[in-house]
Amino acid sequence: MTDTAIDKIAQRTPTRVARKVRGLSDRAIAWLFVGPTIFLLLAINIFPLIWTVYLSFTNFRANRPNREVEWVGLRNYERILTDSDIWLNMQATAHFLFWTIVFQVLIGFALAYLINKKFRGNDLWTTIIVLPMMLSPAVVGNFWTFLYQPQIGLFNYIIAFFIGADPSSFEMIGSVTLAPWSIVIVDTWMWTPFVMLICLAGLRSIPDYIYEAAEIDRASKWRQFWTITVPMVLPFLMLAVLFRGIENFKMFDLVVQLTGGGPGSITELASINLKREAFEKWRTGYSSAYAIILFVTVFGLASIYVKALNKVKER
Amino acid sequence: MSAHSVNEPSSRQKWIAGALVIAYALITMIPLVWIVATGFKSPADAISYPPKVLFEPTLEGYVNLFTTRTRQTDEYLAANPPQTWYEEIVRQYDMVIVGPSRYGERFLNSIIIGFGSTFLSIFLGVLAAYAFSRFRIPLKDDLLFFILSTRMMPPIAVAIPIFLMYRQLGLSDTHLGMILLYTAVNISLAVWLLKGFIDEIPREYEEAALIDGYTRFQAFYKVVLPQATTGIVATAIFCLIFSWNEYAFAVLLTSGTAQTAPPFIPTIIGVGGQDWPAVAAGATLFLLPVMIFTVALRKHLLRGITFGAVRK
Repeated sequence: MTDTAIDKIAQRTPTRVARKVRGLSDRAIAWLFVGPTIFLLLAINIFPLIWTVYLSFTNFRANRPNREVEWVGLRNYERILTDSDIWLNMQATAHFLFWTIVFQVLIGFALAYLINKKFRGNDLWTTIIVLPMMLSPAVVGNFWTFLYQPQIGLFNYIIAFFIGADPSSFEMIGSVTLAPWSIVIVDTWMWTPFVMLICLAGLRSIPDYIYEAAEIDRASKWRQFWTITVPMVLPFLMLAVLFRGIENFKMFDLVVQLTGGGPGSITELASINLKREAFEKWRTGYSSAYAIILFVTVFGLASIYVKALNKVKER
Repeated sequence: MSAHSVNEPSSRQKWIAGALVIAYALITMIPLVWIVATGFKSPADAISYPPKVLFEPTLEGYVNLFTTRTRQTDEYLAANPPQTWYEEIVRQYDMVIVGPSRYGERFLNSIIIGFGSTFLSIFLGVLAAYAFSRFRIPLKDDLLFFILSTRMMPPIAVAIPIFLMYRQLGLSDTHLGMILLYTAVNISLAVWLLKGFIDEIPREYEEAALIDGYTRFQAFYKVVLPQATTGIVATAIFCLIFSWNEYAFAVLLTSGTAQTAPPFIPTIIGVGGQDWPAVAAGATLFLLPVMIFTVALRKHLLRGITFGAVRK
């Protein structure tokens, strides 16, 4: 407490002098500079959020704005949490989240490890690997439906060539068993580079002298990998998982273009389902409650995860 | 310091690592190469089995992308010989060009909204980042966390009230509405990235300027801004790429005047489904600038990605 008090006094003195000399005080400038950003976020993020909370307790329908709005209390929430279809959507989301993270972490870490061997031209090849994540998921996702066509699609052709099957014998998007994997494949193709880049930052942050010390102690390369490399990269890797987790929980554009949630509702992730309820069935109140539940879930899971992450960092 | 570090990989290790990474990079490029190639195929070549790697390039896809066409009677076609090379291409199918498609408009919208929101995000972001970096602001950490947490909301969840609000304010399907919305999404990342860059500029420079009689404002734009150029460029690229690629808000909140290219490209249809060469042509024109950008500015970009993530 005393430290901050002293700090404050120290900060204040030059401000007063400056103000006497000319113009705006530092405090005025600070508010002038931060104000517009805070205002914009309040107007376009926080106000809508509060409005969503309000709507979630009503039976409002956006396509009938003149109908009288009734207060329904917690009924929307009750209906969502007891709806078995919503639990199926959550399962689809969980399947997507789990497998994209597994593949992206394994491939991303392996690539980062290899790139860190600093072979010639590694930065150019790194850039090429990064390209997919820079592109519009909707546009690329739409084109992947072409690659996935059973007869004429390149993906089916290549896979069929390697497993020796007929390229029209399987449908990635149309089949109930393969569709969940079709979205995992495209997301992994697109976002593995992100995990790779963060792992690379982690690998590059390990100082050389640690390995040199291990070498002097005659620790084997295998041992060095598990006792130095992995623990030092782990916080970075966990951060990458956090970002991918949040992003894929919100996933909409790529999957809506790829499968549109089908066949049936096998790949209908939470956001796609939410869009249906809100903008096709126009159940605004109900979908507002759904939105709040999703937001609280992300926020809650992310907070627990960050606590775990901080524990790993402390070690 | 020894001349040769103990963990410098051997040349054999480097060779294997290089080969594996290059193999992965080549596989990862296949879909992108296929997009560019399909744009130059004729419709028949595009859907042939087995998929054609070698084909005779044609600009049909590009012509179809930029035009709307209609079938005409034989008499009409005989009476009106084609005047230009692109009319000739269309004639193969007994069609005539009746006007431009909406692709040009959608592309222009992407440019206006992308650059508009990037400019606004950077303008507001630099100011806020400077203030957060240099001044004592009450509840600073809470404010910074609040700014960041706005990113956790699913876009569809935000879209419901934004849709209602924009309808009230007359902002739905307008450029201004989309620019403000994308700015609100981008600004959290912009403030965090820029604060990091400005934190790295030594305070002594401004203090010297203040002593020399500059005001805070002058010190800010004559001393700090030039120093932060690299960081500003890197942040601007991220904002631009986000706005350029965004789909969810665009598809829900725009339909006519302000629609950008991502919701439009998948709707390009020809006879019997999607006109794949035209879709690929549209995708190529839309994706290529980003790819070139990424390769040309890789130093700034790659640093920005990890830097932004690792700081958070």
